[in-house]
Amino acid sequence: MSQISCPECAAENGLNADIEMNEIIVCQDCGVDLEIISLDPPTVDLAPIEEEDWGE
Amino acid sequence: MKKSPRIGVLYSRVRVEEKWIFAAFEQRGIDYEKLDNRKIKFDLENPTPWLQYDAILERSINYNRGLYALRILNSWGIPTVNTASVAEICGDKVSTTSILAQAGVPQPRTMVAFTPESALEAIESIGYPVVMKPVVGSWGRLLAKINDRDAAEAILEHKSILGSYHHSIFYCQEYVEKQGRDIRATVFGDEVISAMFRKSEHWLTNTARGATGEKCEITPEMEKLCLKAAHAVGGGLLAVDLLEHPKKGLLVNEINHNMEFHTVQPISGLDIAGMFVDYILKIARQRS
Repeated sequence: MSQISCPECAAENGLNADIEMNEIIVCQDCGVDLEIISLDPPTVDLAPIEEEDWGE
Repeated sequence: MKKSPRIGVLYSRVRVEEKWIFAAFEQRGIDYEKLDNRKIKFDLENPTPWLQYDAILERSINYNRGLYALRILNSWGIPTVNTASVAEICGDKVSTTSILAQAGVPQPRTMVAFTPESALEAIESIGYPVVMKPVVGSWGRLLAKINDRDAAEAILEHKSILGSYHHSIFYCQEYVEKQGRDIRATVFGDEVISAMFRKSEHWLTNTARGATGEKCEITPEMEKLCLKAAHAVGGGLLAVDLLEHPKKGLLVNEINHNMEFHTVQPISGLDIAGMFVDYILKIARQRS
């Protein structure tokens, strides 16, 4: 399982094998939303903050 | 030999729904491209880069990005699911309510006003409690259940002073005592494919706010109402939210043009992601 380090709290998080580009994961330690910005090597950044017109 | 259609999927975030949709494209061996709406550009006088797509499935979380993209794509004759017109109606609660009223679809009583003073009059003519909603927004955000005049005055002042201008389009609606649940019906074209109760002890029953889903039988009344509402807004792939009014019966509360289905897919047992793909392919094949 690949590991990524949370840019917010530096906790190590495991990634599932079927992870997708731009998928959002939640840091298991601090709870921040992280976005997958590269698959090779696995890299994350803080996910965009929810905006007013977001929805379904 | 007829070529296989090429589909673009416009998205903001890869949620579980997008993962399921991508997987369904791959299972069917369909030529598709993921289009991150943060990276795309439209040269309004040159549609050529976009004409490679036989249809675009629009799955943006950002309502405005999705709407403007659909307007441009439709102006170039590129089929989309849903269309710009449907997104325009469903994404704006005043538009939705107006169109549904014109079509004779039963809804909670709704009034619209443009100043705090006239909104207060509207609220009091409906009678407390009243629900105020932003005209654009989702997931139950910024909704207010107003139980008395003190609360009404405070909310109206806050909305007019602290909010951006569109928060001063005051959308005031009768509060429906819904016994802890509403109904989310999923409409694909001319068919209601599923319905589920969304249950919560909170007056808001959005799953984004923690409500849980439970399978609901599709009654003939529900089916007829959902199809009438869906046709009124232009049809397509739609999630129709219904309230069970104790006296008036089923009312249409809102219609979502870009539905999330992470709760309904497992509850219904349907492959909704696969149905999305089959639907967009049908739209694309009509063109190619």
